[in-house]
Amino acid sequence: MSLLECRKLNKNYGGSFALNDIDLQIEPGRIVGLLGPNGSGKTTLIKLINGLLTPTGGEVLIDGRKPSPETKAIVSYLPERNALSEWMSAKQAMDYYADFFEDFNRDKAKEMIRNLGLDEQARIKTMSKGTREKLQLILVMSREAKLYLLDEPIGGVDPATRDYILRTIISNYNENASVIISTHLIADVEQVLDDVIFLREGHIELHESVDEIRNEKGTSVDALFREVFRC
Amino acid sequence: MDWKFRSDQPIYTQLTARLAEAIVAGAYAPGERLPSVRDLAIEAGVNPNTVQRALADLERDGLVYSQRTNGRFVTENGEMIRSARFRMADERIAQFLADMQKLGCTREEIVTLLKEVREEEI
Repeated sequence: MSLLECRKLNKNYGGSFALNDIDLQIEPGRIVGLLGPNGSGKTTLIKLINGLLTPTGGEVLIDGRKPSPETKAIVSYLPERNALSEWMSAKQAMDYYADFFEDFNRDKAKEMIRNLGLDEQARIKTMSKGTREKLQLILVMSREAKLYLLDEPIGGVDPATRDYILRTIISNYNENASVIISTHLIADVEQVLDDVIFLREGHIELHESVDEIRNEKGTSVDALFREVFRC
Repeated sequence: MDWKFRSDQPIYTQLTARLAEAIVAGAYAPGERLPSVRDLAIEAGVNPNTVQRALADLERDGLVYSQRTNGRFVTENGEMIRSARFRMADERIAQFLADMQKLGCTREEIVTLLKEVREEEI
């Protein structure tokens, strides 16, 4: 059974299509790049998968089930915006995650907080934008989830932190879990991905393995993207 | 090891070549245990499935073997390593000759140039 399945998935916003007849299957043990120009439907798709939006038509199944509290227990979601309360300290944010998610591994979070030089006592409102993003990603990656949905995880951080985050995703890899990463920084993530999905105006333009693309087309995914979506 | 990858070829083929080089050059000694898939993936900054695929290729070529639960090891067969070394050297010589031809060198000129290579250079 696929870890994630979308069947004829549609989403309208007031008459205009955001997603149009998405059919998609993702198996366990894959790291997948969700790529597309601005407004192509990446965030809408991610929000439908974790149940923050309801489909206009079709369905999403995670491990065979529709989005529900049961699926949220196995899906770890990194939103594109800060979703943590500003008054919390990093430590309180860990308490909050531990309360909500049974699969939260505090030791892992503490180790990453140390490695990235964050202060557990510092309040989120005093943190820079990049530091907030790091903290949020640490929390999300410290869950032992089956599906990770990362909406722009590396956009706001420096290149050294980007490398650390990508290494974290690699070291966190296990064959029963999959990771979906939406990003515009294709060249940075390409080496880490098994497969890529190109979204264009709400439909899937391409769903292929990175090695297959390089093999058949003799170009990187980054170069292919620039060609396919040339403005 | 240098882990930069070209963008116009599959990563696993490049990884296979890099690991084969390390084995024929003795960076991984005969019989030595290779790092785990996870550790290699983290070191090279690539997808673990890519590493898995590269190691499977090396195993098929006989340069590494796996022990069910212990991981993967470099072959102890010196002859196997030697022939892989010569195979890789042949590929590079062919590339070198193609480059020399592009520069317009004749066979005689190439041979003369190689003979003139001073001892400290090789």
